[in-house]
Amino acid sequence: MRLYALIILLFSSITSISQNCNYTLSGTVVDLHDSSVLLGATLIVAGTEQAVQTDLEGKFTLVGLCENTYSIQVSHPYCLTEGYTIKVIGNTTKIFRLEHHLEELNEVILKGKANRNKTNTLFENKVSKEELERFSSGSLGDALNSLSGVSSLNTGNTVVKPMINGLHSSRVIIVNNGVRMEDQEWGAEHAPNVDVNAAGNLTLIKGAGALQYGGDAVGGVIVAEASKVTVKDSLYGKSILSAASNGRGSSVTSQLTKSYQNGWYGTAQGTVKRFGDFEAPDYVLSNTGIFERNASLRIGLNRFDYGMEAYYSLFKNDIGILRASHLGGAQDQVRAINSDRPLIIRDFTYNITEPNQDVIHHLARLRVFKRFVGLGKISLQYDYQRNNRLEFDIRRGDDADKASLDLRLDTHTLMLDLDGVLNHKSNLKSGMMARYQNNFANPNTGVRRLIPDFDKYDLGVYGIVDYRLDKNLILEVGARFDYTFMDVFKFYRTSFWESRGYDEQFTNIVVKELDNQILTNPQLNYYNASATAGGTYAFDDEYKLFFNYSLASRAPNPSELFSEGLHHSASRIELGDLRFRHEVSNKLALTLQRENSTFGFSINPYINSISDFIVIEPTEIQQTVRGSFQVWEYRQINARLLGVDVDASYTFVTNFRFDHQFSLVKGYDRNRKEALINMPSVNTKNGLVYQNTEYHNLRLALESQYVFSQNEFPDNNFEVFVPETQTFEVVDVSTPPDAYHLLNFSSNIDFNIGKKSKLTLGLTIDNLMNTSYRNYLNRLRYYADDLGRNLLLNFKYKY
Amino acid sequence: MKKVKILSTVVFAGLLFTACSNEDNSTPEPVNEEEVITTLTVTLAPEGGGTTITLQTQDLDGDGPNVPVVSVSGNLEAGAVYNGIILVLNETETPAENITEEVEDEDDEHQFFYTIGGGLDVNTVYGNFDGDGNPLGTEFTLTAGAVSTGALTFTLRHEPKKPNDGTLADAGGETDLAATFTVTVG
Repeated sequence: MRLYALIILLFSSITSISQNCNYTLSGTVVDLHDSSVLLGATLIVAGTEQAVQTDLEGKFTLVGLCENTYSIQVSHPYCLTEGYTIKVIGNTTKIFRLEHHLEELNEVILKGKANRNKTNTLFENKVSKEELERFSSGSLGDALNSLSGVSSLNTGNTVVKPMINGLHSSRVIIVNNGVRMEDQEWGAEHAPNVDVNAAGNLTLIKGAGALQYGGDAVGGVIVAEASKVTVKDSLYGKSILSAASNGRGSSVTSQLTKSYQNGWYGTAQGTVKRFGDFEAPDYVLSNTGIFERNASLRIGLNRFDYGMEAYYSLFKNDIGILRASHLGGAQDQVRAINSDRPLIIRDFTYNITEPNQDVIHHLARLRVFKRFVGLGKISLQYDYQRNNRLEFDIRRGDDADKASLDLRLDTHTLMLDLDGVLNHKSNLKSGMMARYQNNFANPNTGVRRLIPDFDKYDLGVYGIVDYRLDKNLILEVGARFDYTFMDVFKFYRTSFWESRGYDEQFTNIVVKELDNQILTNPQLNYYNASATAGGTYAFDDEYKLFFNYSLASRAPNPSELFSEGLHHSASRIELGDLRFRHEVSNKLALTLQRENSTFGFSINPYINSISDFIVIEPTEIQQTVRGSFQVWEYRQINARLLGVDVDASYTFVTNFRFDHQFSLVKGYDRNRKEALINMPSVNTKNGLVYQNTEYHNLRLALESQYVFSQNEFPDNNFEVFVPETQTFEVVDVSTPPDAYHLLNFSSNIDFNIGKKSKLTLGLTIDNLMNTSYRNYLNRLRYYADDLGRNLLLNFKYKY
Repeated sequence: MKKVKILSTVVFAGLLFTACSNEDNSTPEPVNEEEVITTLTVTLAPEGGGTTITLQTQDLDGDGPNVPVVSVSGNLEAGAVYNGIILVLNETETPAENITEEVEDEDDEHQFFYTIGGGLDVNTVYGNFDGDGNPLGTEFTLTAGAVSTGALTFTLRHEPKKPNDGTLADAGGETDLAATFTVTVG
């Protein structure tokens, strides 16, 4: 397939005659993702046809070269073959980075390459292992936040929910080690249950183009993968210890891998993370601690033509929610919003009390694959997940220690995928999926179920074909169809059932009527079609244009369908709608990229038009004996999102680099003709990086992050009666916080210890100036400032 | 051929899957809200006899769409002194749960506040106290002054600052209950 282009590349290279031809080109070939060395990679010099193989340490030496420009083809059995143009000046060294994933070819061509940049890994839509390690004590969301176009919807600073181009929750698929996470991702205050330390690299695909993962990724797909294990006899590992001043906590993570020449391997990994109350510049954020414990085990066999892998991971997280955010009705909200300090500030503690969340996520996966000559690689995977979420509120009497929410979600998935070659110009990816899911809401909470009991069945089938038209243009088309059936048992409050008119529309689903509740059995069917079409055009070696259209359809999630009652953590009444149709998105995205070692950039404008977009919006004020509450109803509207993400990097002097990121997104509600709520504000990051590979790989970076104030937002303010003053006061839940500017410093240095071990020391200071700020996308912004200065020490030992 | 074989295996496995998961036909049990407050009844009994005045707000569907039904049984008598008793109920359960008892059990974590507004000439004094001697307020004394009309608001706060200066602003905590009645002395 690609060989064609490479052959042309090889023959078109000029090998001129030169005077001195005694120079060498030496270096190593490494995995692009985790920089592990690749042995047995073949390098061929065009013109002379000199060929060498890398040794056990991934090293090679090409001799007898002249001072000239050479075309070199680098290939490896597990990698994409790549062509490079190298200028030999004297004895030259070079590190070649190969894409070490044959099976992920398609999305790499279409998306990943959009930001694969020779200048620097920072511009990629990938978070490399080195960068991930800097987020060792943070969360998956924190790590993703470093990419342009990614923001997060936060609840405090420990519940970090990734947002891609303004979209989040059920619109973002998270794939963890090949398994689509089913962890009640619909809740705005539910963070993904993924240990950032278990991931070898993160890939971000903006939009629904990667159909193999699902057809409902209206926002995008986040793929977290473990590092690949090389096929050789080896025992290696790493440990990272991080200690942070803010939260006075630390995290420890360790990973050990044993591999054999015959293809067998095993990896064990574990993380413990514990922090106490975090601190804003002026006060303690009481009850914001976190205690996270994770472990994972992986055993597999990797041969070129067949293999298997078994994987199990356990994720357990206990997260405190800011005490001052737990409120009664609207009158409490007025007090909390009008006060510039949280209403409850206590002394620092490691203890986590109510309100808090306690989540356990089990994930088990078994996968086998075999390559068939003439057909391709076929893999079969079964996975099982169990997510148990407990949420504790401040309660009275006998219920004081009881969870208010106790949900157990079990998911079984079976997938069969084919990664095949049609001919030398095109490839086919195809597959099918069957999934069964069961949700059980424990009735012993003494709180009506937020999410009802349900059984859900999904069947999906997809196909994606890519075609290399000529050396400049690659085209890709794909389609997917999903069928979803939900069998639900839901108790409705009789008053709500009647006020909605359900009593006339849905008489046939009533199972039984109780005093003030009605048990119903809704059975819902959704048929979702999704598709993608796009291409990549290479103008020359440097400039590339990517264009992609994607159609995504998403069935409404249980919270959008069935919410009905007071949501304590938001201090509002939330109502879903049983009648919702699926949501359909049409997204068009362009990326212009320049790959250049001095000045590289990518510009990515997009438009996403979504019909029947499900949003939650305030509709009225409801009086209860507890006081008045704002009612937020899910509605379906037509929405449009427009935006652009820009990355640039400029190496102006040796070892000094300037990095730039800029993201803008505008969301518009076409029904109400106003801005969409909770859209990320315009933000830009600019950084100066000094990196010296000659001196212990020393890296010093200073980053400035400027977040503009969101000036486009819907006005959802309302008034509430305050008895003390006998007046109505406005509850300002709409006005976004002011713009802010943060300075962050990070540094690290490597020391080799012995032959095989390496110690990396890192010092990071976030919010260097200890600036007080609030972020529009933090749900707790009404009550408290965001984090103050944080000094983070990082020790990484690789062995 | 192989493709067909494998595909059919998976389809079969998929069917097996869905077939074996339909194991229980039992319907889930209902959950009665244990903490919902549906009803607040304030009984004002005049010292030395006379007509007892009852203020009530009742919202039987809790935070459902129906609004509370508010009633005031009559006017207060100018100059009279009333013994007030507050009864808080959860009537979604049968028999109704008496939440006043829970509040009295956790007296150090609760306090009622009486807010008088709009020219209403009455005056309140706490009638019961927690273990530390700070006001609780499920019992109180109300003295009606001159002829007037205005708003009388009862607020129950959970985990207020104790002791406090008697105002809602100083007490903080969370509002468990807030009910306003239009009361007339005359």
